[in-house]
Amino acid sequence: MQAITRSIDSFYRFLDSDVYYSFRSSKITMVAAAFTVLSFLAAIFSPWIAPQNPFDPAALDLLDAFTPPVWEGGGNAKYLLGTDDQGRDMLSALLYGARISLVVGFGATIFALVLGVGLGLVAGYVGGMIDGFIMRVADIQISFPTILIALLINGIARGILPKEAHDEMALYVLIFAIGISSWVQFARTVRGSTMVEKNKEYVQAARVIGRRRGTIMIKHVLPNVMGPVLVIGTINLAIAILSESALSFLGVGSPPTEPSLGTLINVGFDFLFSGEWWIVIFPGIVLATLVLAVNLLGDWLRDALNPKLR
Amino acid sequence: MLALIIRRVIQSVVVMLTVALIAFTLFRFVGDPIAQMVGQDTSLQDRERLRQELGLNDPIMVQFGNFVVNTVQGNFGISFRIGRPVNELIMERMPATLELSLIAALFALLVGIPMGVYTGLYPEKWLSKLFLTVSLMGISLPTFLIGILLILLFGVILGWLPTFGRGAVDQFGWWSSGLFNADGIRAILMPAFTLGMFQLTLIMRLVRSEMLEVLRTDYIKFARARGLSNRAVHFGHALKNTLVPVITITGLQLGSIIAFAIITETVFQWPGMGLLFIQAVDFVDIPIMATYLILIAAFFVIINLIVDLLYFAVDPRLRVERAVGGH
Repeated sequence: MQAITRSIDSFYRFLDSDVYYSFRSSKITMVAAAFTVLSFLAAIFSPWIAPQNPFDPAALDLLDAFTPPVWEGGGNAKYLLGTDDQGRDMLSALLYGARISLVVGFGATIFALVLGVGLGLVAGYVGGMIDGFIMRVADIQISFPTILIALLINGIARGILPKEAHDEMALYVLIFAIGISSWVQFARTVRGSTMVEKNKEYVQAARVIGRRRGTIMIKHVLPNVMGPVLVIGTINLAIAILSESALSFLGVGSPPTEPSLGTLINVGFDFLFSGEWWIVIFPGIVLATLVLAVNLLGDWLRDALNPKLR
Repeated sequence: MLALIIRRVIQSVVVMLTVALIAFTLFRFVGDPIAQMVGQDTSLQDRERLRQELGLNDPIMVQFGNFVVNTVQGNFGISFRIGRPVNELIMERMPATLELSLIAALFALLVGIPMGVYTGLYPEKWLSKLFLTVSLMGISLPTFLIGILLILLFGVILGWLPTFGRGAVDQFGWWSSGLFNADGIRAILMPAFTLGMFQLTLIMRLVRSEMLEVLRTDYIKFARARGLSNRAVHFGHALKNTLVPVITITGLQLGSIIAFAIITETVFQWPGMGLLFIQAVDFVDIPIMATYLILIAAFFVIINLIVDLLYFAVDPRLRVERAVGGH
């Protein structure tokens, strides 16, 4: 009961806060947030709201292949956004594709966040040789672009895993590859704020009463360095979705059996020249809008959480 | 200063050795190199003899040493798929990638800097807001999507520009260039725009924020107080001081451009190193993958080294805050 009142309390406090005020006063942020939430919901509930299961061969009818969207001549009301070369409903493929893009994006971001925050916390708090080592690795890694590192890890996984296993593991490999290529931003930020926090009195107090080092790091320092991490995480989500789509477009990302938005664009690209533009343009629009919305949210969050800008 | 240079050079060598180790591991442990080279009917003795000849039975450290020596001498082995020496293949493809990257970088600089200066000087004008909105879209639109939209508009609908390949090329020794005839120039327009777009938005935003910052400083106020014209203040004093970080960031981004060329080359079937690499990944053609990796790493390390040394030579303040962009 007490927990409920407390959470209601904090909800009211949130409605009263500066962050909420700045959210309400920026129309574009509200639109971006609405679109982001909508795509999350659509992605989560895609199996129930999609008109057809696009990956069930029994549901596909080859005779319906290349049906244009409903407003073009020759459109079919059954397929609002038309069909692809297999007679797959584009709207359903988009809903399922956005789901995979978001799963990989979130997975990679969380992976990078946990790894980066952990390493940054240790580097900042422990210091010395460990700090030096972690930060040198970070320095070296940040001078190579994410996409190249992800490509490399993906390529190695392809070489090591047998073909069938690779298709099955593809999404995990992607999450790992993209995640490991983007931990540096998190680590650098957290290390910086940890070094500031660790000299403050509350940390000294915790040390004096004999709490263990690990406990101090997790229970006392961590909650106080998480603010900027939220901003980086949001921007990183947009970058991760982009990286995933780029890898999939190159044909080394999610397999055709589980197509993300990037894979759909890759498949649709072949039909661009023969006039079936909708197979490539719709996934492109969804991808660009999703990334733009998440970017706008990230931009807003950075400004809203930064007291210097008020 | 000297100690610093030595430390940076040592660090670069360590990076290159690490990359070489990864490439070597790829070579040696992903699949059996012998099985990749010989046919089905080669006898076990022959295989063993080949193994001995290639030094695959030597201790692993000796093998790695040999690999490094071979690499330094430019001997990268033979492509599994194409059956030709990898360095020949790379040399053929390199001019295409370098020309594309260079034109893209020039485009990004020549358009990005003026846009950045304008938005920095007049942040409230509608044109600045338009530039900023476009730049946000430039960051959100994936490279390959920009390419696809260009192909759809200029290639398919209007039919003005070729949608794939380099067009006609002229041969200058081993260098093949598409920049000296109309056909080649028409072919490079869309790929260079696609590749340069992201860098353009990056440079524009960087110049803008640097300009905004510089315009607030005291020496700008002093220059105005001296009664200098707007033109002299903006371009003589302000712009000059924003250019140091712009030049260094552009230098760093040059490596990214070459790496991002993989995507652009795939969209436009541009016959460069990136396309070669991505086809190699498809076929698990390890020698090409390893060589490309080492080559790109070398590019990056050398560019980073030069930029780092320039930092310290040009502006000691930058020792503390180094901005590194790209993703």
